[in-house]
Amino acid sequence: MSYLYFPGCSLKGTGRAYEESLLAVFRALGIPLAELADWNCCGATAYMSIDERQAFALAARNLALAEAQGASDNGAIQLIAPCSACYLVLLKAQRHLMTDTAFRQEMSGVLPGNMGDPGQIRIRHPLDVLVHDVGLQEIARHVRQPLRGLKVASYYGCQIVRPFALFDRPHDPSTMDDLVRTLGAEPVDWPLKTHCCGGSLTGTMPEVGLRLNYLLLREAQRRGADLIITVCPLCQFNLEAYQDFIRRRYPDLAPMPVLFFTQLIGMAMGLPPRELGLQRLLIPVEGRMAALSKEGAHARA
Amino acid sequence: MASLEPRIHYEADLDPSFAREIIASSGSPSLMSCIQCGTCSSACPLSLYMDYTPRRIIAMVREGFKKEVLRSRTIWLCASCYACTVECPKQIRITDVMYALKRYAIREGVHPPRFPIPVLARLFYDTVRRRGRLTESWVVARLYLQTMPLRIPGMSTLGWKLLRRGRFPLLPEGIRDRRGLQRVLRVVERREVAR
Repeated sequence: MSYLYFPGCSLKGTGRAYEESLLAVFRALGIPLAELADWNCCGATAYMSIDERQAFALAARNLALAEAQGASDNGAIQLIAPCSACYLVLLKAQRHLMTDTAFRQEMSGVLPGNMGDPGQIRIRHPLDVLVHDVGLQEIARHVRQPLRGLKVASYYGCQIVRPFALFDRPHDPSTMDDLVRTLGAEPVDWPLKTHCCGGSLTGTMPEVGLRLNYLLLREAQRRGADLIITVCPLCQFNLEAYQDFIRRRYPDLAPMPVLFFTQLIGMAMGLPPRELGLQRLLIPVEGRMAALSKEGAHARA
Repeated sequence: MASLEPRIHYEADLDPSFAREIIASSGSPSLMSCIQCGTCSSACPLSLYMDYTPRRIIAMVREGFKKEVLRSRTIWLCASCYACTVECPKQIRITDVMYALKRYAIREGVHPPRFPIPVLARLFYDTVRRRGRLTESWVVARLYLQTMPLRIPGMSTLGWKLLRRGRFPLLPEGIRDRRGLQRVLRVVERREVAR
């Protein structure tokens, strides 16, 4: 099976480690990912606040490019969007294209290639692809260094399970927890896993955004998590980069590493840390891992 | 002294076309069948900061409290997490209603000047229109310069850490076929104007 890959803006910036680890993991699994050529911004949240139809037009251009670039597989083109905001906007725009025929006609005249049936593109989140296409068994086969003893809080955030819950339950998603178990680690029961991180509010209204992230981090800490994994570049940034600011207001918070879920998979697969972008983390994870393997050695002795 | 305005309105003070416009723009006609149960307000992680909870906003839109709704802090606090939309027993697309209200307020220019959220939306919009992609570092730097210059020193340590880790690119991203993209966006714009 082959996939097209839509990085989105954040994976070329603050979320570079997401792109690096995603590509490394898929490479190691033997699944080629071809980047969508000349992709543009998905039209996410901020754009939609100015002009919804233009946001849909932006997404439509990406869908048309995907159709032209092909990678056809069983008649469906698989387009992977790792950022939750991109994933949602692409899905939303696709639905709009399918229902608003006037819009589709307008678009088909100006879009690159000839826009056939926008419904034939399957927009996928990499978590969905890894758990449901690749399968946990296949991933388990690639695990070289099981993450024994590591307690992981899986953060789903909002937009991959809402409003379209296409591959997991919106209220109590569990795909990532299953994945964590496959990697040899222990999922932490963490009821805030779909609670909002505030998106860009951390920057625009810090008193509000920081508190939302504090609540998430404090609860993960209270439940004994060694680290948090995320599926979205904005969630990862909010939870990780603002911890110093949060601690100034709420001193009871210890540093909590926040990784992309693909980085954790790569670690369990024994991929080199640099290929996974671990050096880009602001709160390093190596210390926790070293402490853990020491404990493991003691336990074995 | 701030001018006192009545908090209770006579029917004649309300704008009966407001609900219609918001329904059209949000694509959520079920707004009119809201039963005021308040599930949206309890699901919303931000209602504790809002001047009007989502339930009240829906009621006010329906009745035509245009000025109050557009001036509210609520619409800018919505982070589009869709918790309300998923829970609503009447399938009202509350998140899309909030988007429609943001667009309306920006179009009418009723938000306070230098208020960061609409400024961010505008910067985002302009950058993407021009270049096809967004470079977060540039947009954030400009946002702080325009709306929160006093906060820049406090953010510089984080900026430096990100820069050193290759997470704060200085080269702006862009697409090759910018003309093609502008053609696509112009088609939509033309129809917007024709409406």
